[in-house]
Parts: sequence; structure tokens; C-alpha cells
Amino acid sequence: MNVKNFDSDILVIGGGMAGCGAAYEARYWGKNLKIIIAEKGSIDRSGAVAQGLSAINTYIGSREGENTVEDFVKYARGDMMGLVREDLDYDVARHVDPSVRLMEEWGLPIVKDKKTGRYTREGRWQILINGESYKPIVAEAAKKAASEVVNRAVITHLLMDRQDPNRIAGAIGFDGRDGSLLVFRSKAVIVSAGGATHVFRPKSVGEGWGRTWYSPWSSGSAYGLVIPTGAKMVQMEVRLIPTRFKDGYGPVGTWFLYLKSYATNRLGQRYEDNREKLRALVGDYADAKPMPTCLRNHLMMEEIREGRGPILMHTEKVLDTPDKVEAGWEDFLDMTVSQAMLWASQNHEPSTHPSEITPTEPYIMGSHAVNAGAWVSGPEDIAPKAYRWGFNRMTTVTGLFAAGDAAGGAAHKFSSGSFAEGRIAGKSAVRFVRSDPDHPAEPDPAVIEKLGEEIFQPLQNYNLGRPYITQGTVSPLYLYPSQGLKRLEKVMDDYAGGATTFYATNATMLERGLQLLTMLKEDFDLLGAEDLHQLTRAWELVHRVWTAEAVLRHTLAREETRWPGYYYRSDFPKIDDAKWKVFLLSRYDPVAKTWSFEKEKVLSLGS
Amino acid sequence: MPTYVNPKLCKNNGKCMEVCPSDIMFINKVTNFSYNLEPDMCWECFSCVKVCPEHAISMRPYADISPLLSEISVVRDEKTNRIKWEIKYRDQKTTKSFEFVFRTTPWDSIRIPQGPDLSDPSLTSELLSGEGEEVLGARAPGGPTHPVETQGAKRPA
Repeated sequence: MNVKNFDSDILVIGGGMAGCGAAYEARYWGKNLKIIIAEKGSIDRSGAVAQGLSAINTYIGSREGENTVEDFVKYARGDMMGLVREDLDYDVARHVDPSVRLMEEWGLPIVKDKKTGRYTREGRWQILINGESYKPIVAEAAKKAASEVVNRAVITHLLMDRQDPNRIAGAIGFDGRDGSLLVFRSKAVIVSAGGATHVFRPKSVGEGWGRTWYSPWSSGSAYGLVIPTGAKMVQMEVRLIPTRFKDGYGPVGTWFLYLKSYATNRLGQRYEDNREKLRALVGDYADAKPMPTCLRNHLMMEEIREGRGPILMHTEKVLDTPDKVEAGWEDFLDMTVSQAMLWASQNHEPSTHPSEITPTEPYIMGSHAVNAGAWVSGPEDIAPKAYRWGFNRMTTVTGLFAAGDAAGGAAHKFSSGSFAEGRIAGKSAVRFVRSDPDHPAEPDPAVIEKLGEEIFQPLQNYNLGRPYITQGTVSPLYLYPSQGLKRLEKVMDDYAGGATTFYATNATMLERGLQLLTMLKEDFDLLGAEDLHQLTRAWELVHRVWTAEAVLRHTLAREETRWPGYYYRSDFPKIDDAKWKVFLLSRYDPVAKTWSFEKEKVLSLGS
Repeated sequence: MPTYVNPKLCKNNGKCMEVCPSDIMFINKVTNFSYNLEPDMCWECFSCVKVCPEHAISMRPYADISPLLSEISVVRDEKTNRIKWEIKYRDQKTTKSFEFVFRTTPWDSIRIPQGPDLSDPSLTSELLSGEGEEVLGARAPGGPTHPVETQGAKRPA
């Protein structure tokens, strides 16, 4: 087996928005340090922003006097039904505007109001961009900042210090092109990998299976890498159900916020105006302004459940000028071309006809209107003591940092906030390396040897089993990654609050889900990969299953329905502030192979 | 709309395989043409379509949801930094075209600023590169302060 060794001070895993920010900032503060980015795809078009974006969803406008960072924290807290790490959201908010201006300097076209010279608002927090090349522009900076970018590096595991089992020492994986074993030894590691699609069965079928809202290459490595180290995780129970145009998954933000469109049920009723039933379910939370994302979903789901669907976005009421028509189409062409194609293929004219919108399948992520991820240390100037044990954005594992989808607690980061959070983690990683410069990055050689075999085992399994069938994909001796993935999706969809059960689950269902997931994990020993592409899929599946297990266990532990419209615990249908207005933290013990849970207080910044 | 490749145009330059975020564009070593190995993991992100200098790659809308015969084409030019989209409806009559600027500076023009030495005291503050003190916020007038710790966040207003 060919082995490639890499030694670095800081290893960044995942070259998306957060990872690019991390490399840029780490280079500034650590000008002589060795900084390596390990990227599963190719950094110019990788991560969730690969296709582009039509808006930056987090820009505070502090300097312009549009909002304060405190306003943003309040908004994020309301949207998450009270459960945000306010210190982390505050931190994102204060650094995000300079980060956006930096990207504009680099060449990202941001739409400006001709009269005021300010960025054109899509909504209170959102600004419009011509963002087709958002990712390659940011990647250009990262490529120049990093000592080396290793593309097609499929990182499968993190490596711990040989002496200290709670200290990071690197990562291991394989080269998706030449099949080399990749061994990274690094003093600090920043995980900025992606959230998880395809953990729950998508509504899309067949050839369109890859048409999920978030990118299908977001394989939950943000969690699948971190959980096995024993780092504490938070908010893994909360999943995002974005509302999107049906089937094409086109975004709705531009339509609702910028074009001032609105949605109705089939009777033409604006169902969001009816809040009485919502008050009965969640009390005062029903009156939060703006209405929390999950509650808006809930109202839509009620309409559909009660037979008043389809839900229609009235594009035809707002496309009254050529500029607005162009804004509507650009919205799709910048970030979800599929939706434009779907309309063209169905001869759909948005300026004369409304278009269906619908709640999607669940997604696990830390960057959008949810905040799953690692439990991280907060900024030292503002974080409450209980939230502060190391440098900013360090997990509970020494030297392991998280940003973007990987860092839990701060909601509503989106692309710009993830980039800003990556920068925060990048500087912190430099401070960590500087604080202990002589500690070598020394993973256990025995672990490297063991993983070096385990990583390639699916190739062996395939080669051993292949002679026993004539051809095709059905074998009693090995399981294709896509077959395992379909099983995972079905388990989660059936038992963990997927679209099929209309997002409802309960303890009995979750326990059954865990039983079936355990058997899927046992079948990992039989994963079969006929080539490196399939080997990539095999390890993506493993990361997704780690994510799914955390979701199942967290959902089981939280005995309330805090986010109706994201998921429902049918056995605990109400929000329960007395018992559950707390963070739920989990820790997987890598030695005992058991999970434990604890509650952690939600501390306000006092604003 | 997963990708498909026109054999009359594909020159086997490997650019689609290099860029694909989903790791699904591959070269068939017998035919020397690129192809979509796993259409049901295609996000239709157009990365390969945009990067192919031969314009050999197109999209055919997902068969599961889309009637046939519509077309979309795109030309992305890094010299002018403009992207042009042409959309033709299934009815073969309705067309729409759009053109957008995607970058305001030349490619390869980003400069990485030189930072301070590792011993510089600015390393210990929460300020990021290029930021002024005002970024730390009203919460920290004249220096970092710790906020009042109260149990439980307030109800959303």
C-alpha cells in the first residue's frame, strides 16, 4: 500500500466556506505555520456553496446602523425556540460584516442600492449577491493562504495523541484518485466538514434521488469524524425542514422577502395569519416576531395534513416589472438551476401562475436555521464561564476545533457566518499551537496501522465476494454502500420523524430505529466497494450512520416537542420549558463504546 | 437533470472529473469519453457543464419529475467574468435569456495580507485580521467584560 504522510501545525478538514475562512485567518496570525486543507472534492467547487448562492443570509449592517449584533442574537434565539448559544451567535454577528466586506474586496459582486450605496437588502438579515462564483472566489483566497490543499482527500477518522486520548494528533483517510493511504499529523485540527443530507429518505425518487435541498456530498462528516473522538455534541436532535418549491427545491427566501410574494392553501387562505391553534401548542412562542421557522412549517404542515393543500406561492402576484422577473430567475440560476429547468420542462410561467411549495425531508446541520454540532468553547471576552474551557471554538477534545456545520449552538450562520466562524477557529488554532509549541503531533502508530487496513476493507470484501455471483449487485457476501444508504434512509424516515410519518416519532419508534441501525452498523463489516469511488461512498455512509445514531439518541432523550414543524415527539406533544429549556449534550465514550447525556443550562448574554 | 456527455465534443481532458463535487464524472478508459457514473447522486450543480471548454456536457432534467424537451445552456467566461444562460421551454417557443456578472476583480488577484509575528500581543485578542476595536462591540467598552449570567434565556419578544 502506498502511504502519503503530511505534517502540519494546523489541519483544516473540509474546504467549504468555514474551511476557507479558517485557512485564511490561520495564515494571517500564523505566518510561518504549516497549514493544510484536506478536501474531499476539489476546492474550487466543493461544499454546499459549490453551485453558488443568490444571497448572503447573514449581514448585520452594524456600521450602517441597520441592526445591532444584539438584535441578531435575539432573532436567532427566537427562531430556535430559545435554544442558542448566545455567546457564539454574538461572536458570529460581530465578525460577519467585516468578513462580507472582505469577500466583496476579493471580487464577490454584492448588489448595492444606487441611492444609499448600501448593500441591497433581501430581508432584514439578507443581502443580494451575484453569487455564481462565490465558492471559487473564496477558494482562491484559501488556496493562497494554505501551505497545501489536498483535493480528493477522503478523511475517514481523526487521530488522537498516543499519550493523551483526549488530545487531537491528526487525521487519516485515503486519496480518492490513486488509493494511497493519507496520514496527516497535526498539532491542531479544525473540522469544517459538511452537515448531513441523505440521512433521512428524500422525497425525491429514482434518478432524482440526488435532488436534495442541501448538497448530496454533504455526508455528515462534520459529525461522523467528531463523535467517535469522544467530543461532546449538542442539539443533534434538531433537524432542519426547509420549505422549498416542490420537486426542484428552489429557494423561497427571495420570493417571500425580496419580491414580497406570499403563500396560500388551495382555498386562497393565508394560513400563516391564523395563530390561535399555535398558541395552544407553544404558548407565547407563537407570537415571536418573526415567527420561528419551525412554527411556519408547522402551520403549513397542518394545512396539508388537513387536506387544504397544495400550498401555493403566488409568484404571479409580484412579478410585475422586468427587474423582478430577472431577480426571480437569477435566484434559481445562481443556486438551484434544477428549479429553473423544472419550470421550463413543465411550461410553467411564474408571472402568470403560482407554484407549489412544500416542506422537505429533514437535514442535520449547524449552519442554517438549526444548530447541531460539537459543543465548543466560547469567545473569552463574552462567553459565560460554563461555556469556556479552551480557545474559542475548541471542542471538548484538546486541539480539535469546529466551525460551520461542525460547530453546534450558533444558529443562522449560513455561508457568511460559517466563513466568519472558520476565521474565528483559524485564529484560535494558531493561539493553541503557540500556547504549546513543543508538543509533537504523535498519533499511535498501532492505530494508524489498524485503520490503514480497516479503511480499505470494503475493497477486500468485494474482491472476496465477487467470484460467487455471475454479475449484478446482489450478493450474500457484501453490501454495496448505496444499498446500506437506502436502508439507513428508510430506518430514519420510518422511525425518526421523516416525511413519511409527517415528521412524527415517539420512544417506541426511536428504539426500534436504534435496533435496526445497530444491525446496519454490524453490517459495516460486510461493506463492499469495487473501486475507490465506491470506497468513498462506503465511508460517507459510515459518517452518515454516526450522524443518524446521534439524532436518534438525542431525539429519544429530549422528552418534549420543542420544534413543532421540525419534528414531533407524539408521546410528548408539548413544549416543556420547566424540564427542557436546556441544551442536551451527548458524549460517545470511545473506549466503553457507550453514549451518555447531560443537560446544560441555557445562559443568556442578558440582553 | 443529471449530466450527459456529447461524444462528438468530448475530448477527454478530465476537467469534469477534476471539478465534480459529487465524484461522479469519470472517464471511461475504453471509449476515452467522460460520463456520469452515478446520475442519482447528481445535484445538477452545473460545475462540470461550466468548466468544460468543449461545451460537451449538458443536463437532461430528472426523468422522475420533468417532462422532456426543455433545454438549458450556459456559457461562463472567466475573461469577461460574465455568465450567460439560455432557457428553452418544453413548448419549444418560450425562451428566456439572462446574463450576470460573477466577479468584479480579475482571477488570481487576491492578495493575502502579511500578519504579525507569533509573539505579537494582538494574537491574544478576539479581533480578526483587518478588524478595528469597534468590532468587539458595545459589550466591551474599554476592554472585554463578562456579561451577566442569568439562568434561562428570555422568552422571544
